[in-house]
Amino acid sequence: MTLFPIALLGAIAGLDVVSFPQAMISRPIVAATVGGAFAGNAAAGLLVGAAVELIALETLPVGASRYPEWGSASVVAGALAAGAPPGSPGPVPVTILAALATAWVGGWSMIALRRWNAARARAHLADLERGSAATVNALQLWGLTADLARGGALTIISFSALRPVVDAAAVHWRVDARTSRAIVVGAAAAVAVAAVWKVFHWAPFARLLFGAGLIGGVALVVWS
Amino acid sequence: MTDAGKAPVRLSLATRIGIFSRLLAIQASWNYELLMGIGIGFCIEPALRSLPGGPDSPRYREALARQCRYFNAHPYLASVAVGALARTELDGVPGDRIERFRTAICGPLGSVGDRLVWAGWLPVCSLLALAVYGLGGGPLRVVGTFLLAYNAGHLALRIWGLEAGWSHGMRVAAALSSRVFRDGPAYLARAGALLAGIALPVALARVIGPGQGRWPIAGVLVATAIGSITLVRMHGRAEGWRIALGVLAVFVLYATVIRHG
Repeated sequence: MTLFPIALLGAIAGLDVVSFPQAMISRPIVAATVGGAFAGNAAAGLLVGAAVELIALETLPVGASRYPEWGSASVVAGALAAGAPPGSPGPVPVTILAALATAWVGGWSMIALRRWNAARARAHLADLERGSAATVNALQLWGLTADLARGGALTIISFSALRPVVDAAAVHWRVDARTSRAIVVGAAAAVAVAAVWKVFHWAPFARLLFGAGLIGGVALVVWS
Repeated sequence: MTDAGKAPVRLSLATRIGIFSRLLAIQASWNYELLMGIGIGFCIEPALRSLPGGPDSPRYREALARQCRYFNAHPYLASVAVGALARTELDGVPGDRIERFRTAICGPLGSVGDRLVWAGWLPVCSLLALAVYGLGGGPLRVVGTFLLAYNAGHLALRIWGLEAGWSHGMRVAAALSSRVFRDGPAYLARAGALLAGIALPVALARVIGPGQGRWPIAGVLVATAIGSITLVRMHGRAEGWRIALGVLAVFVLYATVIRHG
């Protein structure tokens, strides 16, 4: 597996979060699955992506608020999961942890980029006030390029640093598979349910509909 | 006061396509001082070339400078602002009126978009994809469902916004009072609540995997109930993803170092 395609995918997913085109290819359920596919196992990426998507439901990317950067982080997690040694329950919790940690660092890198964009805009304020189209285009192009580079660099650093950690976890993991999965799912589910409550509870009948859906969902699990 | 007596300016298809493609990069130079101001100028620029005198005229430069100042809105609904502001500039509305209009539409376009998209359409589409995953969907079906559903709404909103803004100009508030914006968030919240009820158990069951016995599921249900109630009661004082990060970090440490030792 070469690092370059993963880095390129991480760069594109990172760019999609805010700069271009915000088509939500950066959502964990998409980015981790595609990251997994690039590394040779889309299903492994999908599993990790679904778990991280549950956690990401909480994050509303509203305006100037600070939030984790899920795009590059999910590509890293999907590729790590796809390339993990088979047979050990360790890689799933570790790759989800890797996604959360990378998303956290990615969030900070976005803040740094926004400050850098501000410094560049301030430096060209006189040109902007003169109505220079060349300056506008240059600032936009700079922003796109810098964000693409940010996502790519984050992906390379995170993937390279965490690959040995995932391999080591596969060897040294000492908790059985069902407990490992249960703890991961418990953490993700608690965040997801709280997120759903936060986002939807204000609407009339939302609680009733959630309850009805829950009965249907549990019935599907029991009977499938 | 507009350019009285003149026929209304029309935007060519090429200009519309140019503006629309630029809208996809409206936040490319987003920053904490001008927010998406430069992006608004970048998107409107193709329309400003139709001003009398073209791109070398003082009127073009004055208009572009005005449009690059501070602006904030939801990135998809910023298309409404771009359409409306392009119209006001080409109609020859005085600069001070355009500036007041620009300031006035920031708030509504931000709050309406946040409620409709970030707190409505996006989580609904995520939950739909999780439901498809939980019901056994493969990678292509899950990813395809999400991207098609989400972007149908996303692109429709951007295209509609540009057209509505251009058609209504400074009277664009009428377009924003449509039922879609007034009642849409509530409908989406209800649909999201129903979908969440279905999606969460099936997706969780699939992540846990088959043949794992009943106790992990019972444990997950208890942990979910306790964890989610705790998070809701914290009223945003702590973010769930940070707590999940902490829990998983401690668990990974336990499973690899402590228990191994």
